[in-house]
Amino acid sequence: MPTVAPLDLEGHIVAVHFLGDVPFFATAAGTIHRLDGGEKITEVHQGLLTCIRDPFSATLISGGEDGKVQRIAGDGSTTLLAEVPRKWITVVAGGPQNAVAWAHGKSSFVRSADGTVKEFPEERTVEAIAFAGKGLRIAAARYNGVSLHWVATNAPAVDLEWKGAHTGVTFSPDGRFLVTTMQENALHGWKLDGKPGENRHMRMTGYPAKVKSLSWSPKGKWLASSGAPAAIVWPFSSKDGPMGKAPQELGTRADIMVTQVAFHPAEEVLAIGFIDGMILGVRLADGKEALLRRPGKGAITGLSWSVNGKLLAFGSEAGDCGVVDISA
Amino acid sequence: MADANTETATSKPIPVTVLTGYLGAGKTTLLNRILSESHGKKYAVIVNEFGEIGIDNDLIVESDEEIYEMNNGCVCCTVRGDLIRVVEGLMRRPGRFDGIIVETTGLADPVPVAQTFFMDDDVRSKTELDAVVALVDAKHLPLRLKDSREAEDQIAFADVVVINKTDLVTPEELAQIEDVVRAINPAARVYKTSRSGVDLARVLDQGAFNLERALENDPHFLDHDHEDHVCGPDCGHDHHHHHAHDHHDHHHHDHDHDHDHDHHHHHEHGPMSPIHDVTVKSISLRGGEMNPERFFPWIQKITQTEGPNILRLKGIIAFKGDEERYVVQGVHMIVEGDHQRPWKEGEKRESRLVFIGRELDFAKIEKSFLACQATETTPA
Repeated sequence: MPTVAPLDLEGHIVAVHFLGDVPFFATAAGTIHRLDGGEKITEVHQGLLTCIRDPFSATLISGGEDGKVQRIAGDGSTTLLAEVPRKWITVVAGGPQNAVAWAHGKSSFVRSADGTVKEFPEERTVEAIAFAGKGLRIAAARYNGVSLHWVATNAPAVDLEWKGAHTGVTFSPDGRFLVTTMQENALHGWKLDGKPGENRHMRMTGYPAKVKSLSWSPKGKWLASSGAPAAIVWPFSSKDGPMGKAPQELGTRADIMVTQVAFHPAEEVLAIGFIDGMILGVRLADGKEALLRRPGKGAITGLSWSVNGKLLAFGSEAGDCGVVDISA
Repeated sequence: MADANTETATSKPIPVTVLTGYLGAGKTTLLNRILSESHGKKYAVIVNEFGEIGIDNDLIVESDEEIYEMNNGCVCCTVRGDLIRVVEGLMRRPGRFDGIIVETTGLADPVPVAQTFFMDDDVRSKTELDAVVALVDAKHLPLRLKDSREAEDQIAFADVVVINKTDLVTPEELAQIEDVVRAINPAARVYKTSRSGVDLARVLDQGAFNLERALENDPHFLDHDHEDHVCGPDCGHDHHHHHAHDHHDHHHHDHDHDHDHDHHHHHEHGPMSPIHDVTVKSISLRGGEMNPERFFPWIQKITQTEGPNILRLKGIIAFKGDEERYVVQGVHMIVEGDHQRPWKEGEKRESRLVFIGRELDFAKIEKSFLACQATETTPA
């Protein structure tokens, strides 16, 4: 079993990310701890609600109970991007050209690098935002579907409709698919490059619990998901995505739910975090499993690989965190 | 590893109180009291707007009411999406408060709020609906009932009704308001007060939705004449027999056999409301010991078919040959039931069930309910 360097923190861990080889652990209380030649702490929020790795820059973006949107650099320094008094910021996203998006109530907001902020109102509460990989375009998940907005133009939104509450959203790395998590125990997908009149919907159902964690494989051939006592991995390599195909089930454990999934940055290997704190590494090709961490104090709530894929950092709802060195 | 699992699973659920009431009914005043009086407990409060809450408290969360219909084809299966998000956030730092209070807007339907605590697995695993409390403005209730259905729904759905601003009406008017409230909801505990001065112990930590506690705290459930209930001239039931018995002595044997009718086949339609705009009706059913093989399919069927019309149902069921009381609770199509406690010696083993709703065929419900009784020939 690989070596695990533990880090015990106070309270619920909201997210765990790497910037380079430095792991960052974001606590619900609002502090961000990083292991950079010793533990270093930055106070970022009075109550932290979300913290993501900006896919377009080497920074983290966070939102809090204090109504603030913050950008956190590798040295722990913070930049206040927005402040909305008395609103909880549960939704943030990072985009190309240093753009940042957040949401409160029934609007998404996009801040460009020059500091201008543009609002994109919806009819219902914005539950999640994702930036497309190319072009400055956001997807805002809301009740009964997703709205796609070009940030720079005033073109009307493209509405992707599907009945029900959509609580999370992600573009496939190649931009051909958009997938949402739902209030129901299901994912919903849209084929974005479909011909007019073609069925663009993908229903991915059968989960015993809500899906809260999604991860695309390095080249976007697979989408892994939590919400079952195994990681559910959908094939997205064909032009119709997972339609008519069964997903793979990896790391199956009787009655122990998967809470986090994270694909290795280069290999088709999936890290799977469970509700009891255990972490497995599973190779897609043959389903071979490796125990990366024994069960701990609570459900895994954050799981991330370092850029070189040698380190895996994790955090739990009980505060027991750590870094697994798989090269050891 | 087993220890870790147990630890996670056994953290005590946080009680949630839902506060409803029309604009001007006194919700803000009551909230301010809850937040400022020294009762040794801290509450997180979820409000639609900060409005006039003049208290600086970082546990007041503003939230936009967002009602989500569940994708299961059931129109009454609605939840509050915003609450799911806020409760999830709050529960990541549970040490900060002892309970959560959800304030709804004046026009809000309390049902999606309550159903969120039953239908969302994440919310359900960490919190527990404690009680739905409705504040009623004694002065303006008749007007409210005339111009909206929500005012009526809020009363019908409540576990606790606080009639506020009693100083603004005459004793006769107040008596009429009490009758109206009781006509809409015979199962609620009713308190009268002015300036939202109700004893907070009557509002918070009630356990009204908790099957273990709900009826333990309310031993006079459906006894239509306990201390909080004031019978008006419209109450349609017979007072003579009930007034005589001692409600506080549960060991007293069979004291309330009514002489003038069959006690096992007794029901009370809710008293007629003196105000004609009331569309919610209730029925209080009484029966003998039930046959579980008939009762469970019956309650399943009735909540499936009549669910949209049922606002609340509550009851205590005596099953033939079962040494424990069985309690049931329902909201629309959701029904929960569990054993509560052993029947006490001498306690009358009868089944009581109240339905509150609209357009319910009470005659049919009663007939089918009574058909679930264990027949006399069934061996115990």
